[in-house]
Amino acid sequence: MSALAEAPSARRIAWLRRRRAVAGAWRDYRRHLPGMVGLVILVLVVAMALAAPLLADEAGLKAINSTGNPTWASPSEFGPLGTDGLGRDVMTQFIWGSRISLLVGLAATILAMVIGSVVGITAGFFGGAVSAVLMRVTEWFLVIPFLPLAIVLAAILGPSVKNIILVIGITSWPSTTRLIQAQVLTLRERDYVDRSRALGASNWHLMSRHILPNVSPLILANTTLTVPIVILSEATLSFLGLGDPSNASWGKMLDDAFESGAVTLEAWWYFVPPGLGILLVVLAFTLVGQALEEILDPRLRDKHG
Amino acid sequence: MTAGFISKKVLGALVTLIFVVCFNFFLFRVVDADPVANLFRGKELSQSQRAELREEFGLNGSQGEQFVKYLGQTAQLNFGRSYSTNQPVWDEIKKKAGATIALVGIAAVLSAVIGIMLGIAAAWRRRTKADYGITAFTMGAYSMPEFWLGMLLLTFFAVKLGWFPVGGITDPDSSATGLAKLADQAHHMFLPALTLTLAYLGEYTIIMRSSLLDTMREDYLVLARAKGLRDVLVRNRHAVPNALLPVVALMAINFGFVLSGAIAVEAIFSWPGLGLATYEALKGPDLPMLQGLFLVFSASVILFNLIADILYAWLDPRVRTS
Repeated sequence: MSALAEAPSARRIAWLRRRRAVAGAWRDYRRHLPGMVGLVILVLVVAMALAAPLLADEAGLKAINSTGNPTWASPSEFGPLGTDGLGRDVMTQFIWGSRISLLVGLAATILAMVIGSVVGITAGFFGGAVSAVLMRVTEWFLVIPFLPLAIVLAAILGPSVKNIILVIGITSWPSTTRLIQAQVLTLRERDYVDRSRALGASNWHLMSRHILPNVSPLILANTTLTVPIVILSEATLSFLGLGDPSNASWGKMLDDAFESGAVTLEAWWYFVPPGLGILLVVLAFTLVGQALEEILDPRLRDKHG
Repeated sequence: MTAGFISKKVLGALVTLIFVVCFNFFLFRVVDADPVANLFRGKELSQSQRAELREEFGLNGSQGEQFVKYLGQTAQLNFGRSYSTNQPVWDEIKKKAGATIALVGIAAVLSAVIGIMLGIAAAWRRRTKADYGITAFTMGAYSMPEFWLGMLLLTFFAVKLGWFPVGGITDPDSSATGLAKLADQAHHMFLPALTLTLAYLGEYTIIMRSSLLDTMREDYLVLARAKGLRDVLVRNRHAVPNALLPVVALMAINFGFVLSGAIAVEAIFSWPGLGLATYEALKGPDLPMLQGLFLVFSASVILFNLIADILYAWLDPRVRTS
């Protein structure tokens, strides 16, 4: 250990430098008011989703356990948020629905980011024929209208949480690919990449050690900006009846509310909370994403503010 | 603009269209071994019904035979018959396209015009209360599911206040013709069009604002001011036309989504267009209808992307030389 302290290894230097960079970014982030507002909302919603078993009994999601409750009870008559047409407590559905909405939002985004980054880095790094083929495919996916494609895919695969993650993930990656490929094109011309190559580094080493760390801030910012789009897509697909009936997300709640006639009954307490939940989460992710983008890309600093 | 540039773009669009057509074939046949079972899950099907459905979907014969047959039919716009109406899918689509084009077309134009104006106002009054207000409003509108906004407007203005009809395109009990009929249709269209306009305008505002802020840093604006031009002239003659470029491209692309953009909103307001047709085809499920709609939606996006590319190159000469 003492030897390390005297002459830190290259790896340790890199680690320290990265930790300093993260600390610096956090210092900037803390001063970014919209970003902090978004972060606080996110922390609260995630805490609610994680604590769902403590906050509400999962059994309350089933109509069979709600036979004692009045149906279509308004918030003043029952619980904090009233009941639906089957007597189920809306608050319970809202709390448990946040789990599915967040789960789909995050999982589908991660899937899209992995596909988008792998294709983008490969196309950008190798160029030539590889790039031509990959980018052509990317463009095709960009052009196919997202919603009809997702609808068709979800209808064929059947409604389940797994399938909806899959469908949104494999339809949401192409814009990320384009972004990353463009960035990689400039990175691979840098001197330190040339130097590393001259020292005998393999393509894998160059991509994983030099290119990936340099595009990762971009991937991070893009991730936070993709989550809101994914959550809205999930809501739309669920509303169209393609959501998992046994794991209701906020979007599925809106579908149930509309199908059971909550609009005509003016039962606003059934569909206002899930919509508001989606709005808040989408807004929060957008604020965090924009803040990250500004902090990680100084060229943008003047633009949003 | 060179003919070479245009023909290259047209060729690219055609290749994409062919890709989508092939993709549509494989989507329904190869992705899943048995679309019949998945689409009719939860419904009792006898062995003979199953075989009949497979025949109808063109799932019999080798993959190659199926593919050739499918290509021939698609080229003739023969997408099969809708299950629910037993009419050719193409006729159904033609019949319903008008309502969607009217509704979403109006919303697309309104959202572009209002969104651009808000974006200009926000950028020009950067870091003022007006800017923050506009940005907050557009961010909020952009962050909500548009069908949820539709549900809120429907509950409040149609069900509670009774100012607007709760759905459809005309009053079924009225036999009005001419202007009275048009007024009735406009009355029906108000809430869905408002919903879509609010849902779309945020994007325009955000892009217009950021594009104008970029433009405002350009030297020729400093020069225009130094010449002593009034602020309004600097804005309207020098800054806005240049800043409009990316917005024009966005408009063309968004018009491509006019046909498919309103599936959930049409369902909320029972607006009898292609969106409601999609919603009903899903609930059916009406597979030939769904396939036909998917192809038509894709074709419209490809067409308008092509228009956007050409328009952009025409407006900005830098694009075609690079």
